[in-house]
Amino acid sequence: MALSREQIAQRVAQELQDGYYVNLGIGIPTLVANYVPKGMDVMLQSENGLLGMGQFPNEDEIDADLINAGKQTVTMATGASVFNSAESFAMIRGGHVDLTVLGAFEVDVNGNIASYMIPGKLIKGMGGAMDLVAGADNIIVTMTHASKHGVSKLLTKCSLPLTGKGCIKKVLTDLAFIEIKNGKFHLLERAPGVSVEEILTLTEGELMVSGDVPEMSF
Amino acid sequence: MAGFDKVVSSYEEAMAGLTDNMTIISGGFGLCGIPENLIAEIKRKGTTGLTLVSNNCGVDDFGLGILLPDRQIKKIIASYVGENAEFERQMMAGELEVELTPQGTLAEKMRAGGAGIPAFFTATGYGTPVAIGKEERQFKGRNYILEESIIGDFAIVKAWKADRYGNLVYRKTARNFNPMAATAGKITVVEVEEIVEPGELDPDQIHTPGIYVDRLILGSFEKRIEQRTVRTTTTQGEK
Repeated sequence: MALSREQIAQRVAQELQDGYYVNLGIGIPTLVANYVPKGMDVMLQSENGLLGMGQFPNEDEIDADLINAGKQTVTMATGASVFNSAESFAMIRGGHVDLTVLGAFEVDVNGNIASYMIPGKLIKGMGGAMDLVAGADNIIVTMTHASKHGVSKLLTKCSLPLTGKGCIKKVLTDLAFIEIKNGKFHLLERAPGVSVEEILTLTEGELMVSGDVPEMSF
Repeated sequence: MAGFDKVVSSYEEAMAGLTDNMTIISGGFGLCGIPENLIAEIKRKGTTGLTLVSNNCGVDDFGLGILLPDRQIKKIIASYVGENAEFERQMMAGELEVELTPQGTLAEKMRAGGAGIPAFFTATGYGTPVAIGKEERQFKGRNYILEESIIGDFAIVKAWKADRYGNLVYRKTARNFNPMAATAGKITVVEVEEIVEPGELDPDQIHTPGIYVDRLILGSFEKRIEQRTVRTTTTQGEK
């Protein structure tokens, strides 16, 4: 069975470590915040200038001056700090954020990522995504493995304009956890009940499979 | 002493000297921390041919979006746009030039502009459409592109508090691009929620020193919220 959005988030959350500063993109990555293991402290960085993003506010706590990068009203966690946008991207570009999780349309065997622009469709912009992929060492891309029509999103070469070049090392899809190394995809784990053959069929780029590939556990 | 008093008493005075085809740098992220009354004054003035530098372009009826119906904006330099039907229409029709710029690069372009640095190398955008036409260079085996800084004829800024000398304090995430914008205007105009006397703000807590500020005006603000999200039992810390 392919993973649900929540299960993808849950699997990403297993990569968290106590004391991590984490930037979560919009969409599935956002859900990771719901699965931070008990007893573990992580601080969420929101690139509009907040480190230590808290929960959504109660109705009586809503503050127009306190939003996240998705422009939603939020609160601040204990120990939070606020800063300007240049400072925020100094953290990101300077490699100070421990883990970045973001979505994508495509990734390829050379670690290229395309996530912001489909030619011919309306282009809304890259926001902070290009800075995030260029600045972070530890990035997990979350996406569906293939389109609804079975077209692979893990490619030999990205077909869409790139968000970043050679910067992605880990991809978690609804079918598999994959590492990108030496110009190839490497299958680390598969979703429960999903066969290696199924993953190979839906992976257009070269995928290395070594030994018995374990199933993800939750 | 009066030489340092930046306070003006009308929005007309605050934006005096703004003429067609100028470049304006604006603070704000989404609708948070935007100089909403200064934008309204630009609409009232009817200035056209403007180049706007701002992370976003407001919504249809609030923020920079209100400058769209009268075609006042010629070009916008932003990281994320299009929460806005008229924006999409003008962009698709080729009536509005859009230069998409990565968010961190945009902030740094303002910061560098204000700091007298003409350009800087960044890895952001290397190998992407953003790099087209830009100088590339390797440092310690990594590839970077050269990005030029930005200076505005005007910078428009929203802060929380100020003293009459233009020392500024921002509040929470309404800070965002405002401190960089404040440094990067040939004329920097700031609107605030409260103005106090010099000496009343703690010098250790000032975010933007008054040297960057040319004009200061006391405003009242709608502070519209773009995405009103509240806590439920199942979600936590989402964005």
